[in-house]
Amino acid sequence: MIELNNIHRDFQVGEQTVHALNGINLSISAGEYVSIMGPSGSGKSTLLNIIALLDQATSGSYCLDGHDVTHLDETILAKTRREKIGFIFQFFHLIPRLTAYENIEIPLTLAGIAPKLRRDRVTSALDAVGLTDRASHKPDQLSGGQRQRVAIARATIMHPAILLADEPTGNLDSHSGIEIIELLEQFNQQGVTLLVITHDASLGQRAHRNIRIIDGQSST
Amino acid sequence: MQFPDLIRLSLRTLSSHRMRTILTTLGLIIGIASVVLLTAMGKGIHQFVLKEFTQFGTNLIAIFPGKTTTFGMSGATISTVRPLTQDDAVSLQKLDQVISAVPLVQGNARIEAGHKQRRANVFGVSAGVPEVWQIKVQQGRFLPDDNVNNPRAFAVLGSKLRAELFPNSNPLGQRVRIGADRFRVIGVMESKGQMLGFDLDDSIYIPAAKSLEMFDRNGVMEIDLLYKPSLSSNEVETAVRRLLIARHGREDFTIITQDQMLSSLDDILNVLTFAVAALGGISLLVGSVGIMTIMTIAVSERISEIGLLRAIGAEQKTIFQLFLLEALTLSTIGGCTGILLGGCCVIMLQLLLPELPLQLAWGYILFAFLLSLVIGMISGVFPAIKAAQWQPLEALRTE
Repeated sequence: MIELNNIHRDFQVGEQTVHALNGINLSISAGEYVSIMGPSGSGKSTLLNIIALLDQATSGSYCLDGHDVTHLDETILAKTRREKIGFIFQFFHLIPRLTAYENIEIPLTLAGIAPKLRRDRVTSALDAVGLTDRASHKPDQLSGGQRQRVAIARATIMHPAILLADEPTGNLDSHSGIEIIELLEQFNQQGVTLLVITHDASLGQRAHRNIRIIDGQSST
Repeated sequence: MQFPDLIRLSLRTLSSHRMRTILTTLGLIIGIASVVLLTAMGKGIHQFVLKEFTQFGTNLIAIFPGKTTTFGMSGATISTVRPLTQDDAVSLQKLDQVISAVPLVQGNARIEAGHKQRRANVFGVSAGVPEVWQIKVQQGRFLPDDNVNNPRAFAVLGSKLRAELFPNSNPLGQRVRIGADRFRVIGVMESKGQMLGFDLDDSIYIPAAKSLEMFDRNGVMEIDLLYKPSLSSNEVETAVRRLLIARHGREDFTIITQDQMLSSLDDILNVLTFAVAALGGISLLVGSVGIMTIMTIAVSERISEIGLLRAIGAEQKTIFQLFLLEALTLSTIGGCTGILLGGCCVIMLQLLLPELPLQLAWGYILFAFLLSLVIGMISGVFPAIKAAQWQPLEALRTE
């Protein structure tokens, strides 16, 4: 599913070159549940961004679903992100002026799916995250846990093969954190490949496989 | 992304900042409304003035003494110029092309009838006036076709003058005194109204020879010709010029055809309308700056939103379209509201002041509307390009 080969990612900070990723090799097969842990600044977010096609490696190659996606132009990258990857952010990133329903609908709208077809999918996505009665609420009328559920519904509405979560519980209390992780695991049980970055060792242990990143290098 | 969704999203964004949207479009609304209102005035005045001039008919030619190289009235006749005489008018009348020729000497004098007096316009003319100026005789008859150099002392009253001098009696056959001369009233004209401030109804018509004496002039001020409608004004002008050059020895007169006068007037009035439209256009420009400002702010406010949209699969093209369409929607709302507002102002003015010549200039309205779209386009394009250029990750990190 995901094949990373000797991935390097360098950043230029002033005159210094920072090596965020230093030759990462990683192979994740379809349906796996993987947690990525490591101290801050270790490069785990950079790794996830590269997997999410939000960032590109300085060198190395990346194969997604059998296709080399190391060097693609922006339009195809956007299409791939839309169709294959669901991304969940620590800070939810909901659009404040849109309702929960409309936020979840965005990826379908971007994909140009007709309004009639969208309705059913958004309704069942709302149902899947248990927010049917909150459909017309705006983000500021929802709790942190509910916002993250909306974000998860948005990330899964296109039925992506991979779900990437960058500290999805980082902004939540432990109770809602557990709920969110359980919700993500539900999707994994349905066959979605799940990658979660977390600080929380107990959450990280729930994954079938743990990857530790230290100084831009992985150790399983 | 489908077009209706783009529209829906931009409307959603605009309606979530309602106050901001209203204030932004206000500039454009005022600009478009002023273009609508000002051009309505321009066009109204245009039509009003043209109507004033064509009420005397269109196949007219006026001949003035003196040659001017630029277009204009030769009011001050230079002494070396041979004056236009009544005999000129008589010989012009004999041209095949000409139906009638009227010499004109105009002045202002005190008119007495019984114990009433009034100052009024005095028109020294000939028998052709009803035909050439298209004024009907209401009562009695117009001046007879007397010998031009020795006419009888007859006078014809304008309708208002008649009402002032003979409110309760029949003026026909009565005597009036103009200055020192006495005239017998033989007719009353129908009301013709004003022509650019000249009240033709507050006038008296006497034979040209009499008014030449009265105002001590040696030539007439103008000869008006009515020519056959089937002919072109150029043909007639050529014939008139040839005849008068033969009589005067050189071209010491100016011929102005109604066509020329109307087309010059038309030009002048078009420039007027254009000028007021341009004034309105300045406020449009100000309005467009407002839209550009707001769009620039909108992009910088929503950088992290741009990042999110890009991260969940929006293409650069989509981001560009979203912001451009937002600007276009703003300007379209502004344009339509402005046209409605301007139209309402015009209609209200027409109801309140029916005298005011107002005429909606649809050409300019359409132009203003298209201009507002162009403004939206221009003021939206640069912010939209900036928005589309953000890399997803950078944009997501910007708070």
